[in-house]
Amino acid sequence: MWLTLGRRIGGLLIVMFLVAAMVFFLTRLAPGDPAALMLGDQATAEDIAHLRQVYGLDKPILVQFVLWLKEIATGNLGQSIFLQRPVTQAIAERAEPTFFLALFSVSIAALVGIPAGIVSAVWRGRVVDQIVSGLAMLAANIPSFWLGLIFIQFFAVRLGWFPVAGYGDPGAPFVERIAHLALPATVLGIVNSALIIRFTRASMLDVLSDDYIRTARSKGISEIRVVLRHAFGNALVPIITVVGLTAALLVGGAIVTETVFGLPGIGNLVVSAVLRRDYPVIQGALIVVAGIYVLINLLIDIIYTFVDPRVRY
Amino acid sequence: MISPPLLAIDDLEVRFRTEEGESTPVRGVTLSVAAGETVALVGESGSGKSVTSLAVMGLLPRPAGRVARGRILFRRRSEQIVDLAAMPSSEMRKLRGSEIAMIFQEPMTSLNPVLSIGEQIAESVRQHMGLGRAGAVKRAVEMLDLVEIPDARRRVDEYPHQMSGGMRQRVMIALAMSCNPSLLIADEPTTALDVTIQAQILALIDRLRREVGMGVLFITHNLGVVAEVADRVTVMYAGQVVESSPVKDLFRSPRHPYTSALLNCLPARAKRGADGRRMVQSIPGTVGNVGEGCAFAPRCAHSIEMCRTSSVALEADGERSARCLRWREILA
Repeated sequence: MWLTLGRRIGGLLIVMFLVAAMVFFLTRLAPGDPAALMLGDQATAEDIAHLRQVYGLDKPILVQFVLWLKEIATGNLGQSIFLQRPVTQAIAERAEPTFFLALFSVSIAALVGIPAGIVSAVWRGRVVDQIVSGLAMLAANIPSFWLGLIFIQFFAVRLGWFPVAGYGDPGAPFVERIAHLALPATVLGIVNSALIIRFTRASMLDVLSDDYIRTARSKGISEIRVVLRHAFGNALVPIITVVGLTAALLVGGAIVTETVFGLPGIGNLVVSAVLRRDYPVIQGALIVVAGIYVLINLLIDIIYTFVDPRVRY
Repeated sequence: MISPPLLAIDDLEVRFRTEEGESTPVRGVTLSVAAGETVALVGESGSGKSVTSLAVMGLLPRPAGRVARGRILFRRRSEQIVDLAAMPSSEMRKLRGSEIAMIFQEPMTSLNPVLSIGEQIAESVRQHMGLGRAGAVKRAVEMLDLVEIPDARRRVDEYPHQMSGGMRQRVMIALAMSCNPSLLIADEPTTALDVTIQAQILALIDRLRREVGMGVLFITHNLGVVAEVADRVTVMYAGQVVESSPVKDLFRSPRHPYTSALLNCLPARAKRGADGRRMVQSIPGTVGNVGEGCAFAPRCAHSIEMCRTSSVALEADGERSARCLRWREILA
C-alpha cells in the first residue's frame, strides 16, 4: 500500500510539472504586453522596457520558465503586477469564500443527491423514482446564474432572509461572513446534486442485482440493512468519485456563481487577473487550483482503500 | 404416529409478471423433505427448480413474482406448522437465515466483497441468536472451524477476494449453518467448483446434515451428484414435478419417460458404439410451449394423442409418484 501511495505521489509531481508548463506557456501565448498595459497610453518605450526588465519579461522565455519554476518550487508564486502584493497573499485573501462555498455546496449536493439516488434505485420505475429522476434532469439543466438570480430575488430581496450579495466586511465575525454563502451554496448544491443523484442511482441499481444481495436477503436481515450496509457499501466507489470531482471543480472557483453573488473568491480573482493580464496571479491561481485538484484526486484514491478491501491489497 | 415432514410443498404455482405478459415458471410442484433427509430436486435449466427454492425462502423477486396457488408447509422448531406462502414478510424474515437457510450456486459472487467473512457470518448470528458483537464473532470462528477452514481465528477477518472458490463455498455453508437451521436449501452448491473440491463440499454438507439432523433440499442438474447425496429425488420438467422416488428406485426403474431419457444422458449409461466408445445420448427437441397435456409429450417417444390433449395428474403409488398416463405400459 505504501508503495502504491509513493507511486501515486510521484505521478502527482509529474502532473504538477506539466500543469506548470502548460500554465506558463499558454499565458504567454495571449496577445498584449503586460508592461505596456500597466503603464497605460502615456508610457514611453523606455518606461516599458524598464518595467519589462524589473519583472524579468525581457529574458528569453525558457529562462523565464526555469526561473519561475524555481520560485514556485519554494512556494513563491511571484508578485502581482496590479495588486502590489505577493500572489500567495492575494490568493490566501480570496481563499476563504471559495473554500467554504465549495465545502457547503458539495455537502448540500451529497446530502441531497445520495439519499435521493438510493431511494430512486430502490423504488426503480415507481412514482418516487420518476419524480426524483425528473428533478435531477431539471437540476442538471438549470443554469446556475439563473437559479442564483431567482434565489436572490426571492430569498434575499423579497423575504430578506439572506444578504443579497458580497461577503460582508472582512472585519465582520466569521459567522456573519459565512451567512453570505447560504444562497450561493444552495444554488451550487442543487445544480451539482443532479450528477450525484444519477451516479448513485446507477451504481445502486448495478449493485442491487448482485448475488451477494440475495445472500444478504437470505439471512433474514431487514431490507434497510440490505440496502444501506450491503448494497450502498458496494456502490460507494463511483459515488465517492463523483462527489470528489464535484468538490475539486468547485475549489477551482465557481466563477459564474461567484460573479452573480459578488463573492470575492478565487474565481473572481482569476477573472479580473485575466482582464488585466496579471500573469503572476493567473499562473499562481491556476497552479494552486490544479494542485488542490490533484490532491483531491489522491484523497479519493486513499478513501477507496478504506471503502473497498480489494483495492487495499 | 409419524411426525409430519419438515417441508411439504403442495401443488405450488408461481407466476411472474413480465413485459410480455404473465409467465408461470412453476405450475404444479409437490414435494416433501423430512428432518434428517436429503431430497434432490433435479431438472434442466429453466425447469423451475430455483424458482421453487426462492418461493420457499420467500425471496421471489418482487413485485414481479408471486405464489399464485398452493401451500408451502413448514414445521417450525416449536413444532408449529406454518404456510410460508401465506406468511407476512416480516414473519418470514425471522425464519429466513435461522430456521431455513440457503446456499447458492456461485461462491465467487455470493459473498459481499466489502465485508469481512467474519462480519458476514456475525451479522446473521446477531440478527437471529441475539448475541452481542463479541459473541457473534466467536460464533463465526466456531462455524469456520466446523466447515474445516484452517486457521479460522485469523481467516475470520479476511475478505472474500482473499479466498478460493472452494473456501468461499465453505464460508457460505458456515454462514447458512450459523443459526442451526432445520432446513438447508442448497442451490447447485458445487456446480461452479472443481471436481475434487465438489466431493469435499458434498461430504461436508452430508456430515453437517447427519450431525445436526437437518433436512436438505438439494437442487442440481447433475445426476451423478444426486446418486451420491440424495435419499429421495424429485424430477422437474417445465415447471412441474414429473416424478418423485427414493433414489435407488429412480435409478433402477424410472417411471416417467423424461426421467429415463435423463438417465440415458449419463455418460456411464451410454451404449458403446462400434468403435468401443460410449455414445452420449441427448433428448431430441426443446422444451416447447406448455399447453393442456403432458409438457414432455412433444419430445416423448411413447406419447399418444391423449398425452397431448388431457391434463395429467401426479399419480402417487406408495413412496413413488409419476406424472405420466402410460408409465405402467411403458414399464411392462
